[in-house]
Amino acid sequence: MNMEGKTWPFISTAWKFGDSISTDHISPGRYFHLRTNLPELTKHTLEDAREEYASNVKSGDFVVAGRNFGMGSSREHAAIMIKMSGAGAVVAKSFARIFYRNAINVGLPAIICNTDKIADKDQLSIDLELGKLKNETKGFELTFSPIPKEMMKILSEGGLVPYIKKYGDLKL
Amino acid sequence: MNKTLSEKILSRKVGKDVSAGEIIVTDVDYMFAHDASGPLTIDQLRTMGIQKPAYPDKTIIIIDHAVPSPNKTISNNQEKLRKWAIKTGSRFSEAGRGICHQVLAEDYASPGQIILGTDSHTVTAGALAAFGTGMGATDVAVAIGLGKTWLRVPETIMIKLDGDLPTGVYSKDAMLTFIGKLTMEGATYKALEFSGSAINNMRMDERLTLSNMAVEAGAKVGLISSDETTKKYLESRGRGEFFQKIMPDKKAEYTETLKFDASEIEPTIAFPDTVDNIKTVSEAAGTEIQEVFIGSCTNGRIEDLRIAADILKGKKVNPNTKLIVTPASRETLLLAVQDLTLQTLIESGATVTPPGCGVCFGALGGVPADGDRILTTSNRNFKGRTGNPLSGTYLASPATAAVTAIKGEIADPREML
Ligand code: SF4
Repeated sequence: MNMEGKTWPFISTAWKFGDSISTDHISPGRYFHLRTNLPELTKHTLEDAREEYASNVKSGDFVVAGRNFGMGSSREHAAIMIKMSGAGAVVAKSFARIFYRNAINVGLPAIICNTDKIADKDQLSIDLELGKLKNETKGFELTFSPIPKEMMKILSEGGLVPYIKKYGDLKL
Repeated sequence: MNKTLSEKILSRKVGKDVSAGEIIVTDVDYMFAHDASGPLTIDQLRTMGIQKPAYPDKTIIIIDHAVPSPNKTISNNQEKLRKWAIKTGSRFSEAGRGICHQVLAEDYASPGQIILGTDSHTVTAGALAAFGTGMGATDVAVAIGLGKTWLRVPETIMIKLDGDLPTGVYSKDAMLTFIGKLTMEGATYKALEFSGSAINNMRMDERLTLSNMAVEAGAKVGLISSDETTKKYLESRGRGEFFQKIMPDKKAEYTETLKFDASEIEPTIAFPDTVDNIKTVSEAAGTEIQEVFIGSCTNGRIEDLRIAADILKGKKVNPNTKLIVTPASRETLLLAVQDLTLQTLIESGATVTPPGCGVCFGALGGVPADGDRILTTSNRNFKGRTGNPLSGTYLASPATAAVTAIKGEIADPREML
């Protein structure tokens, strides 16, 4: 899989967030009117969690969070915005159901793993196929359970839209 | 036979026995998109190269979030949806008709159906024993395009509520109590099933409140068996022929059963910024509130408005508080006009806004000022939810909302009943 020229695994910076980051933190409802202008909307990604994220995130960086990431609304914009902001993956201890599904559908890897020992700005490399996350800054490795195979089929096509374009049907 | 309600509905749908953990591809009975996620949904359909819905009569476009439209960008988006619905022959619910979940309950949902919406509270239809669940725009676009979706059959947590709710205590208080216990992620990837004598005795509007908030515990669906109440509700909507009785098997397996005694439930409030941050009203009493909102897909039905009006009758909204009331649907509004509920609310000082999502999600009117506390009858209170991250959102029943509006601070509805 390619992230704008980068091939997995690659080393990037962690942006650390806490528990219970909701879709309202990621994509505040007050920017409702921008939902049809995704580049503008993306300037507000995660604004109510960390205001500096959207203007400083670099392509390939990792969003790293605690429990229940993406809880709340089903707005797919939340996953799209994180993807469009340049993030290479979201790593969290757990995800809300709809967000997890949306992330895979838009081609954003969502990785479930214990993030306690990952700090802001740590350098991480992630190998999706092997299910390994390496903290290069602190020098330790974590394993994570692989993305379910049905969803991996979607993710490896780059999301559900390219998947349907290719197969014309849901065949999981 | 040992099936939960979810397993039963999904097994019937796919025509073979399925159980928790299985991934299935299933037909969908209704799929809908609203004005917040609809534009993206139809864009995704176009990108996939799909010109029209597989089943236009099962596809519903609903304008409910920004009603009436506050600016030209939103107006243009709504117009795009309207045109698409007309062109494809899909069903269309115009601005002012009501909140999507209320429209689904009134006109579409019935036992045994699978309903997908681009909205997390699609779980509301679970009160009618319909497997309603929210998904993102792309998943719903695929469902519209192909008439089917994929699902993982969920494990189920049973919530059993026996006994009678005391006066002044409502299904909203019960649900907030359940979520406090479950936590906001306690049911992630799972189904909730509600049962017990208190649920059996509940009216349909009370059940809709429970199912609506299932997603606040992370659940995929919040189901209630269909019974006489379901049947009567469907008949009252002229849809009696869609009734079928669906209940779980006696030996169904639940990952967990939580039992509650209804008589012990108290008026309950969720404090900012999470729905599981609950306190009883007695613990919270005295907290000053600058704005009260009665409405939303959780508690904006006629019965909710009547409960509030009974408390507000002959009284005035506190000068330090604003009260905004938004009926969940046009029908709710009309009933409230006919039985003078609306007059009572207006005389007390309430501002009434047109049927729709209103204040609930912070994009339209009623945005609280910095430092304000807003108490709402809706379903979530995450930071910034009602439009200002520097304000705090509190969740409660319509009765608690009404007494709070009178007192200007959180107050116990049992004092005024
Ligand atoms: S009333 Fe609120 S929770 Fe319900 S659909 Fe509208 S925005 Fe969502």
